[in-house]
Amino acid sequence: MKTLLNNDQLNITLQRLAHQLVENHLSFKDTAIIGIQPRGIFLSNRIADMVKKITGNNNIDYGKLDITFYRDDVQSRDILVPSDTNIPFSIQGKNVILIDDVLHTGRTIRSAMDALIDFGRPKKVELLVLIDRRFSRELPVQPDYAGQTVDTILTQKVKVYWKEKDGKDEVVLIDKI
Amino acid sequence: MVLSVKHLLGIKELNVKDIEQIFQTADNFKQVLQRSIKKVPTLRDITVANIFFENSTRTRLSFELAEKRLGADVVNFSASGSSVSKGETLIDTVNNILAMKVDMVVMRHSASGAPWFLANHINASIINAGDGINEHPTQALLDAYSIREKLGDLKGKRITIIGDIMHSRVALSNIYCLNKLGAEVTVSGPPTLIPKHIASLGVRVEYNVKKALEWCDVANVLRIQLERQHKPLFSTLREYALYYGVNRSMLDSLKRDIIIMHPGPINRGVEINSDVADSKHSIILGQVENGVAIRMAVIYLLSGKREMEQ
Repeated sequence: MKTLLNNDQLNITLQRLAHQLVENHLSFKDTAIIGIQPRGIFLSNRIADMVKKITGNNNIDYGKLDITFYRDDVQSRDILVPSDTNIPFSIQGKNVILIDDVLHTGRTIRSAMDALIDFGRPKKVELLVLIDRRFSRELPVQPDYAGQTVDTILTQKVKVYWKEKDGKDEVVLIDKI
Repeated sequence: MVLSVKHLLGIKELNVKDIEQIFQTADNFKQVLQRSIKKVPTLRDITVANIFFENSTRTRLSFELAEKRLGADVVNFSASGSSVSKGETLIDTVNNILAMKVDMVVMRHSASGAPWFLANHINASIINAGDGINEHPTQALLDAYSIREKLGDLKGKRITIIGDIMHSRVALSNIYCLNKLGAEVTVSGPPTLIPKHIASLGVRVEYNVKKALEWCDVANVLRIQLERQHKPLFSTLREYALYYGVNRSMLDSLKRDIIIMHPGPINRGVEINSDVADSKHSIILGQVENGVAIRMAVIYLLSGKREMEQ
């Protein structure tokens, strides 16, 4: 097991990502943040809070998206229990920033884009991830903002721990046998 | 597996966790149904056959909508106008439909137990859409879900079921479901339409409809199933309406508001008057709306990993 980001490094990375978002989207007037359920939410909660602090805009559109019903592997695996989707605003014509913790095969993001389009036609969709496992892609999906890019093989696993859920902030790389 | 069962044959075979799981999933689908695009592609690779050996409006439409909104392909079959009238057996009929690569069967049949019989002979998942006078599980689930939506937890809530308890599969499934969720149930109606040993299912019997209404938080009013009554069990519909029909003045005489439900189809002026069915305490159309979400949840949760052919 190897630590990719410890508590302090994770915080600095999140700060950088939030600042990069503000650099591109300024006041967030026409931009919405949407986190992907279930584990992308911990990241999107932090990022949304930081962006609010930096911009001073407390009314940023922030939603949560569950992609269970849009997966491409429903029939080949056990049924998953869905989480809540909550997008209390229109995404029509907006810039949408999708947020997930780890970008791996790209299939989750493909599903998320399908799900998103069912809510309206965004002007532009960007992707922010904390960890980009760049050599594991099965679909042509790339992040616009990445906390850290790591080279991993399929048997390895990236695990992101969040204080809110797991009691600590840490990202580790686990070698599975 | 999320549910403890492979088929939805009856509520009797579900546990409380299954029911909660169905409700929770239905919450998600209800959200989907409120969007402008009321559809998800979840089951785009499965085909469902709706096989109806008995008439139906709501249940059949509701299942078909649920299947289509999950992205599944749908084939409909009704016994009238089919080869059933040429003497084909149930198993042959269903096996022929399954030979055309159908993954799931929704069936309504006039014989009690027909879905259990079928489940022993075929591989596909079966959902019971009503079998004779036995069970109608998705109706009971959507009824309980609608009560839960109005009153929150069902524990300790009092539900009166009024009408033709003897011939109603809705009544039996409701009794199983409400009991499992911790609600108290009273059945009411003419003694000839209430089975003798029904109390052994853990329900109260109250032949006086007014008293039964005074006791309850929710009244579920059922239709007289004339098509299943092969001998006269009460004198006339007029007399039934007089003594057992739910009307406005009866509700006004209660000290508090109760919720009025009906699984449909309604015979206005018989078991329920229009001024009750259309009142603000009636959630009859809400039940129909919830039916689609509940059926989407059931179909989704039963659609899990299937053994791949080859």
